[in-house]
Amino acid sequence: MSRFHDLTQLPDARGHFGPYGGRFVSETLSFALEELENIYASLKNDPEFQAEFDNDLKHYVGRPSPLYHAERWSREIGGAQIWLKREDLNHTGAHKVNNTIGQALLAKKAGKPRVIAETGAGQHGVATATVAARLGLKCEIYMGAEDVERQKLNVYRMHLLGAKVVPVESGSRTLKDAMNEALRDWVTNVDDTFYIIGTVAGPHPYPMLVRDFSAVVGREARRQSLEQIGRLPDALVACVGGGSNAMGLFYPFVEDDDVAMYGVEAGGEGVATGRHAAPLTANAPRGVLHGNRTYLMSDEGGQVADTQSISAGLDYPGVGPEHALWKDVGRVRYVAADDNEVLAAFRELTLVEGIMPALESSHALAHAKKLAGEMSPEQHIVVNLSGRGDKDIHTVAKLDGIEF
Amino acid sequence: MNRIEHNRIDQRFAALKAQGRTALIPYITAGDPAPAHTVDFMHACVEAGADVIELGVPFSDPMADGPVIQKACERALVHGTRLQHVLEMVAEFRQRDSETPVVLMGYLNPIERMGYEVFTRQAQASGVDGVLVVDMPPEEAGDNAALFAEHGLQSIFLLAPTTSEARARAICEHGEGYLYYVSLKGVTGAATLDADAVGEQLNKLRRITELPLCVGFGIRDGATAAAIGRVADGVIVGSALVGRIAEHADDPASVPAALKSILGEMREALDREAVG
Ligand SMILES: Cc1ncc(COP(=O)(O)O)c(C=O)c1O
Repeated sequence: MSRFHDLTQLPDARGHFGPYGGRFVSETLSFALEELENIYASLKNDPEFQAEFDNDLKHYVGRPSPLYHAERWSREIGGAQIWLKREDLNHTGAHKVNNTIGQALLAKKAGKPRVIAETGAGQHGVATATVAARLGLKCEIYMGAEDVERQKLNVYRMHLLGAKVVPVESGSRTLKDAMNEALRDWVTNVDDTFYIIGTVAGPHPYPMLVRDFSAVVGREARRQSLEQIGRLPDALVACVGGGSNAMGLFYPFVEDDDVAMYGVEAGGEGVATGRHAAPLTANAPRGVLHGNRTYLMSDEGGQVADTQSISAGLDYPGVGPEHALWKDVGRVRYVAADDNEVLAAFRELTLVEGIMPALESSHALAHAKKLAGEMSPEQHIVVNLSGRGDKDIHTVAKLDGIEF
Repeated sequence: MNRIEHNRIDQRFAALKAQGRTALIPYITAGDPAPAHTVDFMHACVEAGADVIELGVPFSDPMADGPVIQKACERALVHGTRLQHVLEMVAEFRQRDSETPVVLMGYLNPIERMGYEVFTRQAQASGVDGVLVVDMPPEEAGDNAALFAEHGLQSIFLLAPTTSEARARAICEHGEGYLYYVSLKGVTGAATLDADAVGEQLNKLRRITELPLCVGFGIRDGATAAAIGRVADGVIVGSALVGRIAEHADDPASVPAALKSILGEMREALDREAVG
């Protein structure tokens, strides 16, 4: 089936990935999206812009991030060799900064003095506040009130960075509601404001440009695999909320047919319970939200469903449209890890490797562990360790009965 | 087949034009504060002089709406109001009113989930005349707009202050019934609107379309309605009404009188302009 689409040539001119994607927005925003599309088209292949981007990634973010062989953990599992792509070592502590660096450069070119963003775990908010501080841009971050509560540390970081954090009380008070509110802000302040979307979702051209900025992860991982393993890995594993860290790792490998790919969604209390955030794994119906068509968890009347996950960054009812297509054509297998498996992986990597992963990334680790156990020691898995776990200490401590 | 004879929206605007009057178009959210009241509220709007009714389909994520309509959606959804029920409300309204055009206004996902074929058939059977989907611009409407048209449902599209002339031309070409000009950059319920600036934009649009131009966002009372009525073919009033419904949510029986009072004031102000 994948032969019907050349997966390297998407989206089409109107932002569609097969039946998914598009630009489903109210008319006021069409103009701003066309403008963004034009700016990006003019810069995408501009060597000067690329050089500026690469330079920032190297000297400000600290790229390339290492590809680390988790030897001890691999040995304990007794299967495939697990390699961790260390996005947790980036400045600000997650992969999110790769994209915000790119979009901040676009904001600068567009001459917009103000940036806004939505955030779930707060990592994208922190990354946005960081680049805004560096460029002297005014910055407002929308965050669901529930996430403000469970990601206090990041809220304070954003505050220190000079950003205003707006808690969103509507709806389910999580990531999707933060995105609604950011879109409302954008519609109101579209003349002077650049909206830095934090994942490969939203209306065209966002899924495309966030993918392109995130793909540095996969390009490095591919090169590092050849250098360190001596060949391409047998499998890639990444967690999927909106899907930017997964897309960033997978995209440069899309034509490597022998490299299997696994996207790990938030299983919450278990996909069978209905209380999860795993639209692809659960085969959610097709829907339209936040400007694109995708797999979307909703009730029979088309009302968007409340989601459930221990990790704020994956607590989202939809998923980037390119992932939706990659599921349909079978290029990536989408699976889920539930909250208990995730916590176990979080603790295990911390104890065995001395690396404390974000709860989001722990979804990928949980599945990598299962997968490695079914493979042989001569095989290799690259896992995107998308972020560090400091921000989640409150959540984990609370489960241990400890309050700070 | 001549659609003009069959579509209530076209008929209504033709009649208004002949009389030199401006359309008064109330928006209410179906199911707010509870589903049992909606049809009564619709009749009350007509009695107060409404020419077209925009009936909001509640949605969990109303991205283009301000707090007033967000809360209306929440109240309606708590009572389980879904698109299916909204269509039933229109059918019930039609038992007593076969003339007032009804336009469903909302977001795409409830229709997407129901399925376009099923929705279109049921909407036609219920007596819906037009569909305004906030997050479905013409370039994404494609086959759906054609399907709607086959079943006599007109596609109403939005125009905004940020719409380029090239886009405006494309939208006007696809638009049916009337065009909804969003008076300001912002969400529904935003405060200020500049009637002169709106008038200038409408004059530009009149050079490229014959469709009636109706203006929404920021119309709150007789004065704002009259100011916009001077330059537009219709005024759309949403948050001001929905806010009034919210004030009376504990006593829904008192809502029709409240609606009649605010709409009556607007009707009078518009008709005064028309005569003057
Ligand atoms: C560390 C980390 N990983 C993953 C995610 C999920 O986002 P995405 O699926 O776009 O990579 C987040 C989101 O906040 C995050 O902070």
